[in-house]
Amino acid sequence: MPTPLVVSDVKKSFIMHLRGGLVLPVVTDVNFSVASGECAVLSGPSGVGKSSILKMLYGNYAVDNGQILVSHEGRTLDMATASPRTILDIRKKTMGYVSQFLRTVPRVSALDVVAEPLTARGMGQEEARERAGEMLSMLNLPKALWQLPPSTFSGGEQQRVNIARGFITDHRILLVDEPTASLDAMNRGVVEELIAAKKRDGVAIIGIFHDLDVREKVADRLIDVSAFSPRKKAA
Amino acid sequence: MTDTPLFKVNGVSKFYGARTGCADVSFELYPGEVLAIVGESGSGKTTLLNCVSTRLPPSAGSVEYRMRDGQFRDLYRMSEAERRFLMRTDWGFVHQNPADGLRMTVSAGANAGERLMAIGQRHYGNIRSTAAEWLERVEISIDRIDDQPRAFSGGMRQRLQIARNLITGPRLVFMDEPTGGLDVSVQARLLDLIRSLVNDLGLAVIIVTHDLAVARLLSHRMMVMRNGRVIESGLTDRVLDDPREPYTQLLVSSILQV
Repeated sequence: MPTPLVVSDVKKSFIMHLRGGLVLPVVTDVNFSVASGECAVLSGPSGVGKSSILKMLYGNYAVDNGQILVSHEGRTLDMATASPRTILDIRKKTMGYVSQFLRTVPRVSALDVVAEPLTARGMGQEEARERAGEMLSMLNLPKALWQLPPSTFSGGEQQRVNIARGFITDHRILLVDEPTASLDAMNRGVVEELIAAKKRDGVAIIGIFHDLDVREKVADRLIDVSAFSPRKKAA
Repeated sequence: MTDTPLFKVNGVSKFYGARTGCADVSFELYPGEVLAIVGESGSGKTTLLNCVSTRLPPSAGSVEYRMRDGQFRDLYRMSEAERRFLMRTDWGFVHQNPADGLRMTVSAGANAGERLMAIGQRHYGNIRSTAAEWLERVEISIDRIDDQPRAFSGGMRQRLQIARNLITGPRLVFMDEPTGGLDVSVQARLLDLIRSLVNDLGLAVIIVTHDLAVARLLSHRMMVMRNGRVIESGLTDRVLDDPREPYTQLLVSSILQV
């Protein structure tokens, strides 16, 4: 099995300059890899650094040291040192991210929010909207909402828009942060099915799932993030 | 991913006597890329914008632009006529105050169509119909085509200024606080318009703003300036979500949450 994501010796801390240079260590010696077709789940109590790890993988947080190697168009690139342009290209074509919350843009309809990752890769507007509609139907978002900007939607509705947007592409690596947190049982089932389909397609998935029931169904492997905690090391 | 930049800025500095406007700024911009320059008033961001857009000769450094023939040219080694032609055709400049970028006493249609004449169009009917298309694109009702921008609201004037700049199909647009001084609702509409035009046309943009929310919405990359120097730069969401420099942390922590 190819391994499109390898994390090696990653360390992260925050330096709070406004608090007199206070150093907050987040994680250290992070080592793991994710194979194609596998769903690895980051586990551990809140505040242990699970979301921070996902954000580093996505290039959203800087890394103090270590490497995050990603297979991108036949090349191996390091997210920790890649240029902004390279990171954006990796996000566009190789690595998708379903964040916990949807960051909405005023006046853009839910349908276009979902279609956007496809049009960004050059698909025609109409075809992209059609695919977006299929995703939204699958996630049971009422059709009456499709043309509205999601900023006024409920938490669960926004999350479904976010999931549709994240799962619509054929990215080879998918990062998912608590995708089922505000969903009802029926839609949780849809998300489980979407993840299973991605795995069958050979996508490498790394996620955070607090819902034990969902985690049980999707996870192939748990990565215990408390093992990377600098506090534990010090003790 | 195109591998040739459109625009190369190397070691640009501007001194006003003993005072520093901006110091030793270098960056490259690629086609379709939106770069935000942020910082508080007096940080040198407008000086930098003016230096790289040929509006203010820098004290040191070079600014190169890739012309349509693929050749890089140093902007400050061109003739004044060549520079002016570039600014009227392949570039756009959106001012904070629309009155600085529009002719307030000629019609909206003439304002939108004027730059077409710079690229050699002479047929009145064609110019008017292209101007009308662009007014529609920036959501100005067609029955206002013969009105002067003096009679327009601030938001409409700003949209007209954008139409006037984009009508010649420029590849690079400079924007100086394009949403400054507008009501929040007008601002949201304008931001959405700018965002979709930039995406549809694949424009490269250098935008100066002190509003980090505007930078987040529009830009791919950002540079934070303080005392004339770039103190932090990188991917926009990285700089805003994980600021490294003390001053950037102060800026980000000063955003009011709504």
